[in-house]
Amino acid sequence: MRFIDEYRDARAAQQYARALKRITKQPWTIMEVCGGQTHAIVKFGVDELLPSEVTLVHGPGCPVCVTPVELIEKAIEIASRPNVIFCSFGDMLRVPGLSKDLLSVKAAGGDVRIVYSPLDALKLAVDHPEREVVFFAVGFETTAPANAMAVFQASRSSVRNFSLLVSHVLVPPAMEAILSFPDTRVQGFLAAGHVCAIMGFTEYEPIAQKYRVPIVVTGFEPLDILQGIYMCIRQLEEGRAEVENQYSRSVRREGNLPAQKLIREVFRVVPRKWRGVGEIPQSGLGLQERYAAYDAEARFGIAHYTAEEPAECMSGLILQGIRKPLECPAFGVRCTPEHPLGATMVSSEGACAAYFQYRRRKN
Amino acid sequence: MESKSGPAFVCPIPIEQYPTVLLAHGGGGKLTNQLIEKMFLPAFGNPMLGARHDGATFSLPSGKLAFTTDSYVVRPLFFPGGDIGSLAVNGTVNDLAMCGARPFYLSAGFILEEGLPMDMLWRVIQSMAQAASQAGVQLVTGDTKVVDRGKGDGIFINTAGIGVVECGHAISPAAVRGGDSILLSGDIGRHGIAIMAVREGLEFESTIESDCAPLSGIVMDMLAAGIEAHCLRDLTRGGLAGALVEIAEAARLHFEIDEVAIPVMEEVRGACEILGFDPLYVANEGRFIGFVPAREAERALQRMRAHPLGEQARIIGTVAEDNPGLVTMRSSIGATRIVDTLSGEQLPRIC
Repeated sequence: MRFIDEYRDARAAQQYARALKRITKQPWTIMEVCGGQTHAIVKFGVDELLPSEVTLVHGPGCPVCVTPVELIEKAIEIASRPNVIFCSFGDMLRVPGLSKDLLSVKAAGGDVRIVYSPLDALKLAVDHPEREVVFFAVGFETTAPANAMAVFQASRSSVRNFSLLVSHVLVPPAMEAILSFPDTRVQGFLAAGHVCAIMGFTEYEPIAQKYRVPIVVTGFEPLDILQGIYMCIRQLEEGRAEVENQYSRSVRREGNLPAQKLIREVFRVVPRKWRGVGEIPQSGLGLQERYAAYDAEARFGIAHYTAEEPAECMSGLILQGIRKPLECPAFGVRCTPEHPLGATMVSSEGACAAYFQYRRRKN
Repeated sequence: MESKSGPAFVCPIPIEQYPTVLLAHGGGGKLTNQLIEKMFLPAFGNPMLGARHDGATFSLPSGKLAFTTDSYVVRPLFFPGGDIGSLAVNGTVNDLAMCGARPFYLSAGFILEEGLPMDMLWRVIQSMAQAASQAGVQLVTGDTKVVDRGKGDGIFINTAGIGVVECGHAISPAAVRGGDSILLSGDIGRHGIAIMAVREGLEFESTIESDCAPLSGIVMDMLAAGIEAHCLRDLTRGGLAGALVEIAEAARLHFEIDEVAIPVMEEVRGACEILGFDPLYVANEGRFIGFVPAREAERALQRMRAHPLGEQARIIGTVAEDNPGLVTMRSSIGATRIVDTLSGEQLPRIC
């Protein structure tokens, strides 16, 4: 397949692996921020091609994993109501709340539907004016423009039976939080290419300067990731700490300006809880005052609801890159995708789930 | 594809009388008889069904018998490349073929939902008749029930089948040996993506058709050529990965497969990339894997490729004896990873 096979070429991958070996002189620890990259690394075995000095740790960039348990509980509460059509991206349905997940709400008779775009949910609202249609707006900056567009269109065409349960998170504050932890191991970042396709990468430049870390905007195919690692190691070995763009076929420095404008129109920056990490200031998006009518939490009267996460899981340490999935005593024993203890085991992009799927019995 | 004496295209139950299935069509009275006489008998026409007895009686060539059953629930009932009728015939035919058996006779049990359009039922019946004729089997006994509207999903079909085993050796996971070659009969993932596309209204540049097909012909060709197939398995809901893992666990052996050897249609790959699916786990209805001794692999491959359903057959891996129960795959960039079954259905990813 064009634009895919080129980036999965075994010979090119081996060449990059050799080049990486040549330039690596000391041990380095790099974090790939995005869960999509984690998944690709483990699925294709990218880490097996790296020199032993290079350690990859898996960052908090899986929106499904970091959605806090209280938001899942809110989703379950709304989806259980009789007049509601609750719409979500597919992989949110299996994420456990305190006692159940959205799939079991569906099994119990709730109208829970998988959609591929928030605009599909908006269309459902138009088609079913007698029902309340709620879309679970989860994701990083990547999914924010489409979610913003759904609210924008609903507002312009006066669709009143549509609302968003917003759980948007932002990448740069999470990177800063990780760099601020006292025992952080991260010396360089692969930034998430799709996030940067929307936002550009100017907001990473102060982070690279302040914390003296190289940040390489990186794509999602095996060769993208190998090249991103190569660029990051080269900076580390040369003592540089800059923002570089490996994913130049999709990302421009300024990003997608119309998309950013739409995000600012509909959303504002708010503090947000991250599952496994805790609250990070200025790390999420909520609806602007002028779109408050589309806020499902207010509409269904559940904004005050709070829930604490189960304590036995070390996903916080995993999401911060302090521990690796296989270092957890519960991994694969008391914690599996069928019965996850926490965030990183629930989504296919979660680091623990990726290790469970592709690595379990080898180590 | 129809023979001259075969069923007519027009629904034989007058639409103006009964445009939809009624509860009475399953009640055992006049309407049930009308359904049997006007639809099932002409479509499946054979003396055994025509005898209108409680069951079919028949003789079979001597030898070991194979017997299997499966139930079919699919939404939508009609999809590119097939429908619930062809699926119900081919699925059971394929299960028999995987036992090394030539399929002879099938039963069909229908659970119809009240209100099902009669011409829709007719299309399904015709499709079953056509699939049966293509697979060389006869539908010799059956049953129809009708459930209240809202208690079914249009049509549910159960089929059971009987076949005669046509090879001298056992075909089962236990017969797989270290050193065997693993063959795959064609490209994977078409059925699952075809269904998904209709169900979710996804549009691709060209229509992806289900691979739904009877595998008895190609398997009988292999066995007739004396290929010593140790194990055969058709790929269904769990996809290629599901079949491999099941057999590896049952055989307590290690399967090593090669990602680049596994054919996947361009459109299916594209759809999987968009949805965040792995084609290894996408459903198939007309593909199978075979385990044969390495020395026979080339000959088996030639036999498979000589059949229209095996033109794209490949050797995708080998069997090793270390790590019992494990399936590993050499990825396209040359690293190795584990292949396991999924915890549930594949769900489309956020980004």
